[in-house]
Amino acid sequence: MTEQTLKRTPLYETHKRLKSRLVPFAGWEMPVQYSGILEESRAVRNAVGLFDISHMGRVHIYGKGALALLQSVTSNNVDALGPGQAQYSLLTNPSGGIIDDIIVYRKDQEDFLVVINASNTDKDLRWIRVHAPDTVTMEDHTEQTSMIAVQGPAAPQIVSQMAGEDLLSVPRFGFRKASLFGQPATLCRTGYTGEDGFEIIVPAAASEAVWNRLMESGGVPCGLGARDALRIEAGYPLYGHEIDDSTSPVEAGLMWVVKPEKGDFIGKEAILALQERGASRRLMGLVLQERIAPRQGYTLYVEDREVGVVTSGVFSPTIQKGIGMGYIASPHAKAGGTVLLSVRNQMLPAKVVAKKSLIGR
Amino acid sequence: MAVPAELKYSRSHEWVRVEGDTALVGITDHAQAELGDITYLELPETGRMLAEDEIFGTVESVKAVSDLYSPLSGEVVEVNSEITDAAETINQDAYGAGWMIRIKMSNPEELDHLLSAEQYEQLIRE
Repeated sequence: MTEQTLKRTPLYETHKRLKSRLVPFAGWEMPVQYSGILEESRAVRNAVGLFDISHMGRVHIYGKGALALLQSVTSNNVDALGPGQAQYSLLTNPSGGIIDDIIVYRKDQEDFLVVINASNTDKDLRWIRVHAPDTVTMEDHTEQTSMIAVQGPAAPQIVSQMAGEDLLSVPRFGFRKASLFGQPATLCRTGYTGEDGFEIIVPAAASEAVWNRLMESGGVPCGLGARDALRIEAGYPLYGHEIDDSTSPVEAGLMWVVKPEKGDFIGKEAILALQERGASRRLMGLVLQERIAPRQGYTLYVEDREVGVVTSGVFSPTIQKGIGMGYIASPHAKAGGTVLLSVRNQMLPAKVVAKKSLIGR
Repeated sequence: MAVPAELKYSRSHEWVRVEGDTALVGITDHAQAELGDITYLELPETGRMLAEDEIFGTVESVKAVSDLYSPLSGEVVEVNSEITDAAETINQDAYGAGWMIRIKMSNPEELDHLLSAEQYEQLIRE
């Protein structure tokens, strides 16, 4: 990766001007922080933050057979979506592992937008393409558009102001077309912070105007550091940490986006078989009593037996304690239990909680 | 980034202020900025004997954990207990209130292994 030139989003110069700290991430040069992760995270929880997520893959998939294609490569029921609706979903492999977690937006009967992880864009595109019939067109729009996440309780209000229309009626996971600064935009009521908000897709040429307007309305620029802290607080998995090609949605607690009743899809049999015999480990939330944070790779114990491993951890800006997620052997993967976290030369008790109640909201 | 001229620096981003036969140790402004918000700090007890380059503590930021390395050998004679409950002090005042430990130097010749302000500036520019 270091030998390759890093890609830059259309907002690169803006991030430079705002003196963010830029780091390599998934082949892109991305802002990891502006004022500081704590301040940025608090802005999102209490008001509104802005994230450049233009590095995420945006792929249009359309034409006769597009619906059938997505039904076969993803785990959720794409046909449950009406036009203007989106869903969280998984690309699964034949052994039931997770190739990527994605969001599928249905624009029309056979017309979709799929948003995928930057680190997986090439892998995902190859995988979907292999299964696509000739009648389906796949267009990667990642580099000609920009994607800005506006997250926090004040987000709907400032996005409505900018769009000049009331967007409060757009449901969670709904999206609609709009015009911003004379350019066609898509406004999606989605996000990955655990807060209300929108993700805005605009042509690259309009991205700076959109960003600046949102900042003038009080949006606080936030980097990948705050984004990671907020998604951990919300208990959301990240590819490469909680999920990868060898983890199953049964273990990861993602069966709510697996819909076997929709018909066949790649990985269905393996997933159902594991569900039937029961997973040997489960992804759980962890909350420490102190400011020490669990970190990826730390070992979890019950008495002196190893029972699990931490997949992500952070100092929680919201509850001011170390929190994280980890895989725990099923007998101990129960909310309300306690495991021991090995940190340097100490064993610290960590409360086991459901992922969605990590910060008790 | 501030790099005070009167201090000595380690390649692992600690600073040293010589005061008589003791040395005050902390982490540099550059180090605190790289770490981001510092949330937790572990420092040694007084009386601990440290060797040059030995790990003397740990600093955690929101995102990461880093070891602290002793720039000199000697005995820890004073620990800044005020910052263990207010680790953000290091972000706010790395060379002042954010000092970490005072070492009674057992081998002052080791000071020659450290970088001057000019050399340290060079290091962080690279």
